Amino acid sequence: MLRNSPPGSADIGALERKATQLRRHMLTMARGQGQGYIGQGLGIADVLAALYFHELRYDPHNLAWPDRDRFLLSTGHYSIALWAALAEAGVIPVEELITYGADNSRLEMSTLDTTPGVEVIGGSLGHGLGQGVGQALGLRIDRSDARIFVELSDGEMQEGSTWEAAMSASHFKLDGLVALVDCNGIQADGPVVLDMEPVAEKWRAFGWQTSEIDGNDMKAVVGALAGARERNGQPKAIVLRTLPGKGVPRIETSEKSHFFRVDVAQWDGIIAEFENGAAR
Amino acid sequence: MSGAATKAGRTLAMGQDEAAGGGRQSVEAPFGRALARLGQSRPDIVGLTADLGKYTDILPFRDAFPDRFFNVGMAEQNLVAVAAGLARTGKVPFATTYGVFATRRAYDFVAIALAHSNLDVKIVAGLPGLTTGYGGTHQAIEDLALMRMIPGLTIIDPCDATEIEAATEAIAAHRGPVYMRLLRGSVPVVFDAGYRFEIGKARQLRDGSDVGIISTGFMTERALDAADALSKQGISAGVLHVPTIKPFDAEAVAAFAAGVSRIVTAENHVIVGGLASLVVETLFDAGIAKKLTRIGLPDRYIECGAVPTLQAKYGLTTEAVIAAIIALVRTTA
Repeated sequence: MLRNSPPGSADIGALERKATQLRRHMLTMARGQGQGYIGQGLGIADVLAALYFHELRYDPHNLAWPDRDRFLLSTGHYSIALWAALAEAGVIPVEELITYGADNSRLEMSTLDTTPGVEVIGGSLGHGLGQGVGQALGLRIDRSDARIFVELSDGEMQEGSTWEAAMSASHFKLDGLVALVDCNGIQADGPVVLDMEPVAEKWRAFGWQTSEIDGNDMKAVVGALAGARERNGQPKAIVLRTLPGKGVPRIETSEKSHFFRVDVAQWDGIIAEFENGAAR
Repeated sequence: MSGAATKAGRTLAMGQDEAAGGGRQSVEAPFGRALARLGQSRPDIVGLTADLGKYTDILPFRDAFPDRFFNVGMAEQNLVAVAAGLARTGKVPFATTYGVFATRRAYDFVAIALAHSNLDVKIVAGLPGLTTGYGGTHQAIEDLALMRMIPGLTIIDPCDATEIEAATEAIAAHRGPVYMRLLRGSVPVVFDAGYRFEIGKARQLRDGSDVGIISTGFMTERALDAADALSKQGISAGVLHVPTIKPFDAEAVAAFAAGVSRIVTAENHVIVGGLASLVVETLFDAGIAKKLTRIGLPDRYIECGAVPTLQAKYGLTTEAVIAAIIALVRTTA
């Protein structure tokens, strides 16, 4: 059983190694499939490592534990990152990762909630935060101190339902609700098609206690998560500036990184590039 | 109808409803009363609305259980999403809004956030069909057709106050997502206290052989009155009430249809995609070919006006049912 670690206790180096391991898993998955949302997954690896191996009160052997903290992946197409985290946490077998996106695999390209460890069906964007609000209200009725972490993205903020949910969270003073706003600057049609800035100011205006950090800086991620623990009547937003493809230079610089497709022969090169970087 | 005599020609304000017709007794807010009663023994039931608590009769529940009631404001997508989240923590949310908003506006949320995960959420939808004079923005004339397409969603169209109370209890006991049409305010009592509602079951309320009326929602009230009137004219009309649109009681519908000479469907809904379509599909599947008249709303947007005026114009009255049946009998004698 994982427990909340007190602020300051995080082993940043160990969490960085976890993030590297999650990225390694993701490359295994993308290689098996030959394609995938690898850019987004690599970008958010540090956040998932910090959550699953430090911040979440979570028991991989008791997924239905009523007092567990919940992580809701609203961008279901980031599933590649969630499968990596769940495999590393021991919820699903590491050997299964190679089936990502294959027929009959539980590890879908976009999450369904039939796979163990998935709290919500993501994928239809704008669904996650409202369901997080509902779960936070339910936990409040039960007098549980468990928290809800909802990942959503910059592109997803274009869905109006995101703001419906944001308004209601602050109205209901859901201080155990944490929005992890992944700002990676890309969406389906390329670089974000509507200017969403200033992102942090928007969340503040909606009544959220908001911080803004480099989402690929483990120390900053751990610090922001610690800052979001305060039960002060306000929901928390952490605006994460992440780099799609983080850790693999040729993906980082690709303009097509919303959905990454490469020849089978190129995967050896990509993985070598990643391992060279990880070794430095 | 008495309501028509006093209020014809004027669209009423949002919260006002036409007086119950047919000289029947009525019950105030049967849904809210039933839900507040259920709340006593069911601490898992929570109430939700999107700024229409006053207009969807849920205030008795709010007043009894303020800690289990949430008004999310004018935001129907969030209404459904929040209900889904509550259901995932073991609550049984009853979420109210108008049918137009629960369907057209929140459809993706009902389909994916609720039904895809088979979550235990009950959507209770006001102003079904032609029960408001506010025009196309507020008249949920195609909600049954839309919701029918969502796998696993149970759909109820109750007839009267007795059935609303019974159905509220039944859907609370049922596990899974439900869309229930709501008759609000002063709701007529058509069925006696012995009436039993069961999800998925049709009820034959009148025997008859010349015509079989298959009806849902408040059109069953009209169908019963029409059958009584027609019997005095020597036409024997049976009535099969089908309050559950999904899962549809195809067996009962086919058996009822097999025993009558002609068939009439009657619904407070457009005649495409709802009860009429279900009946036609069912009869075709069962190999039953009989003359059939569909009573319901046309496939078009309906204007503003007083409800009695509009119901008369668009054929949702007892008189319209009688006329349609007489015409059917004459042309197929």
